[in-house]
Amino acid sequence: MAAGWRPRRSTSFRVCRSELVLLDALLLQLGYNATLVSIGAALLGGAAGISGTFLFLRKRALVSDAVSHATLPGVGIAFLVMVFLGGDGRNLAGLLIGSALSAGVGLLCMNWLTRNTRLAEDAAIGAVLSVFFGFGIVLLTVIQTLGVGRQAGLEGFLLGSTAGMLLSDALIIAGGSAMALLVILLMRRPMMLVAFDPEYAAARGLPVHRIDMLMMGLVMAVTVVGLKIVGLILIVALLIIPAVTARFWTERSDRVVVIAGVSGAASAYVGAAISASAPNLPTGPIIVLVSFVLFVLSLLFAPNRGVLAAVLRHQRFQRRVHLRQGLLALAQRQPIYEPLTLRLLRRAGLVRADGVATEKGRARAAKALRDEKRWELVRSDLAHEAAAALYDGLREIETVLTPDQISEIDRCIGGPQEVSA
Amino acid sequence: MAQTVELISTQGADTAGQPLEASPLAIRGLTVTYGEKPAVFSVDMTVEPGKMTAIIGPNGAGKSTLLKAALGIVPPVSGRGQVFGRPLEAMRSRIAYVPQRASIDWDFPTRVIDVVMMGLYRELGLLGRIRGHHRTVARDCLDRVGMGDFADRQIGQLSGGQQQRVFLARALAQDADLYLLDEPFAGVDAATEKAIITVLKSLREAGKSVVVVHHDLATVSDYFDNVFLINTRKVAEGPVAEAFTPETLQAAYGGRLATAQIDQLSGLQV
Amino acid sequence: MSGAEFVPLSLTPLLIGIFAAVACALPGNFLLLRRQALIGDAISHVVLPGIVVAFLLTGAIAAGPMLLGAAGAAVTAVILIEAVRRLGRIEPGAAMGVIFTTMFAGCVLLLEQTDTSTVHLDVEHALYGNLESLIWLDATGWSSLWDLEALRYLPPELPRMALTLLGVAAFIALFWRALKISTFDEGFARTLGIRTDLLGLALVIMAAIAAVAAFDAVGSIIVIAMFICPPAAARMMTDRLETQIGWSVVFATLSAVLGYVLAGYGPLWLGAADAVSAAGMIATVSGVILAMAARFGPCRRRAGAPAGV
Repeated sequence: MAAGWRPRRSTSFRVCRSELVLLDALLLQLGYNATLVSIGAALLGGAAGISGTFLFLRKRALVSDAVSHATLPGVGIAFLVMVFLGGDGRNLAGLLIGSALSAGVGLLCMNWLTRNTRLAEDAAIGAVLSVFFGFGIVLLTVIQTLGVGRQAGLEGFLLGSTAGMLLSDALIIAGGSAMALLVILLMRRPMMLVAFDPEYAAARGLPVHRIDMLMMGLVMAVTVVGLKIVGLILIVALLIIPAVTARFWTERSDRVVVIAGVSGAASAYVGAAISASAPNLPTGPIIVLVSFVLFVLSLLFAPNRGVLAAVLRHQRFQRRVHLRQGLLALAQRQPIYEPLTLRLLRRAGLVRADGVATEKGRARAAKALRDEKRWELVRSDLAHEAAAALYDGLREIETVLTPDQISEIDRCIGGPQEVSA
Repeated sequence: MAQTVELISTQGADTAGQPLEASPLAIRGLTVTYGEKPAVFSVDMTVEPGKMTAIIGPNGAGKSTLLKAALGIVPPVSGRGQVFGRPLEAMRSRIAYVPQRASIDWDFPTRVIDVVMMGLYRELGLLGRIRGHHRTVARDCLDRVGMGDFADRQIGQLSGGQQQRVFLARALAQDADLYLLDEPFAGVDAATEKAIITVLKSLREAGKSVVVVHHDLATVSDYFDNVFLINTRKVAEGPVAEAFTPETLQAAYGGRLATAQIDQLSGLQV
Repeated sequence: MSGAEFVPLSLTPLLIGIFAAVACALPGNFLLLRRQALIGDAISHVVLPGIVVAFLLTGAIAAGPMLLGAAGAAVTAVILIEAVRRLGRIEPGAAMGVIFTTMFAGCVLLLEQTDTSTVHLDVEHALYGNLESLIWLDATGWSSLWDLEALRYLPPELPRMALTLLGVAAFIALFWRALKISTFDEGFARTLGIRTDLLGLALVIMAAIAAVAAFDAVGSIIVIAMFICPPAAARMMTDRLETQIGWSVVFATLSAVLGYVLAGYGPLWLGAADAVSAAGMIATVSGVILAMAARFGPCRRRAGAPAGV
């Protein structure tokens, strides 16, 4: 049955001092082959990052997974056809054409299922993924029974090849990625609009469905091009991880696309360099791991959407809310129930240990109450509708109205009330 | 120091000095935000038992949020609530909630009668067998909302108003003491509206408390005993005659209602 | 074909295939309705890293540590995916994609780094299993079913898979009502006091257990097909959840039987000598069944608007 698969060792580079080698690799000093791999990988990473972003923004990230798995039957059929026609089954161009065709069929099936049946999109993705892959496995085993050795290299499509790469392979990858980038450049505006707001795009007359297919077609092209170097399971990583990473840094979809491209290209470049600098480091996985590191750093430390920033922001906000509510309760002689509120008031020196308001606390409470009354007036007056819309319970009224307007309001509501102890 | 919420009753002691029923829903200092934007800020609320209360306010005023926070569906930034004088978790069997229709998958493989029987979950538990009387109860609830003939339909085959009635039937099956409904009359036909209000009034006659997030100011004084006006902050609370006035409406709706409208609306009472 | 041929060579693989398919299809019904169908995809991809780590830690290719490693990887992945989803506010599909591809990359790296020349780790086996090899050579015919001596040499995958199927079925039977309500209307379920978060996690963990148990027989990638295709096909045959579960069991069994037979005997009928991958064929057959249900199923059209529309 299935023959054991052994990982092919990287034979190109056996150098001892890895840091120096790494530096050389990053600076493209390691020779023609390594340079080509690095540049090709960077182009692939960039193209993958950008194409994947559109799918990610459309909430269809895992379509990449289905497309990549759907290439397997095509690879098998192409191999069989080429062998049947008397050629070498492993001709890369032929295999890639086959993979593109079956991925295309997979895309069509996914589409058909989502539009014509009650199945949801994730079900369609999973069905195509698993069934096409299963059929591909059947074909692989058929090929295996044709004779040992002929299928060597086909497994490379599953898990990617190691650092050794033929010139022709690198050229295909660089060329294919460059073409994908060109298409993206040309079509970026309609694709961006559809990714961001498909209903608006449809209302503007854009053929949303066709642009969706274009996005998926780009992903398919990148997948096919990257299959040989990264393998079909890891190309999905390159399509998804840079996009998710980029999302942490900006709310604007056009910037997400650019950052994803840069992140993908950088991960691929650095990953290829690391892989070249030491033996036993296959290119595909290293690139994926580098991009994952970038992802984790972004998740934790990105300024707005990062976890650290969110935690700090929430704490600050909670404190403001509790303080404000506490002051209002003091001013209105209402009991304070929440221990957190009392703690915060005490720490700010606004109440004493026994819960009674201090001098400072009474002054602040009186101000808070006065502001509430001012806001009440503002929110019930049509003339101040714009200002009223900014009310959120915490906002200082001085930031919204001029001193003149405020003194006019004060005239209506009367003088400030003192808060007794 | 922090005290527990006082048990509040607005009815006073009865003549025989019987213990008072705690308020079906008492909320203190509730603040709920979506991200950094407060939807509900420092709100206090005390629902009077055995009455129909409307929660009204402009769009985005936090009406639905108030209800969801009271039920523990969204977490508050601060504040707390009590149901019949006890924490929410202890009293779940006495509350029924009819949400807005938006978040259901209408394609789900379930029939109308199955949906109503979901209301009997507390009684049945995980493994309880469905007996004849459970089916009878479910059918009765469907009949009460006028959907008895639709028991075996798949729910996606119903119109919006019919779906709303099925969810009300589910709440009836729960046999609760406090009913919370989120915009039950929004987007339904006149027949459905009539069916729903009839059921709600019958609940009130039976001594249950009903709280409704309501969107239609014109029907407030016809349908409800008490109102609770909210616009992020509480504006007013109390019987319709006292709390549903030109002043309170002006304060809640600000410039969004013309003065003539306000006069007309509050003039409908009496 | 006689009992003497069937029982030793075909009975056990068939049964294992059927049990694996049904054990995955059962939780798959709920995963499908919750739009979590692709969690099977994620779990399948992390099983390989799990067994690689287990192999590296224990140095042996024994079933026990491998299964534990796979289960550990599955649970780790589920937790990480949920963490990434919540902390990063990322949609579930993307969160799954980030985690399982990274874990898979780590696994390939580990494989390359370790010296696998002494013991070879059959990666293909992990990916698409070896159902055909789970035979019961000690059987001589139907009578062996009562022969305790022969039963001792039953392939261990069979009782393991049967037990898993029993466990999964018991879980679904026990929590049937809560699962149905919380899948249909999560907010309402919470107001009833149902712990929907724990229930959701339990469902995914049961699915992971089924996947891990099945992977040994049919490989990890094929498991996705069993999570999705039979339930999806069943969904298009009926409007009642109870009936859907029933149909999914029928379709899963059919896929397993037809797939196995076609893989084993199809090539022979076509004049070739060797069998082809049974797991792949089972997935393919389930796909064909799904296609037919999508084309001809009585309830294939949407009845109402899906959530969020």
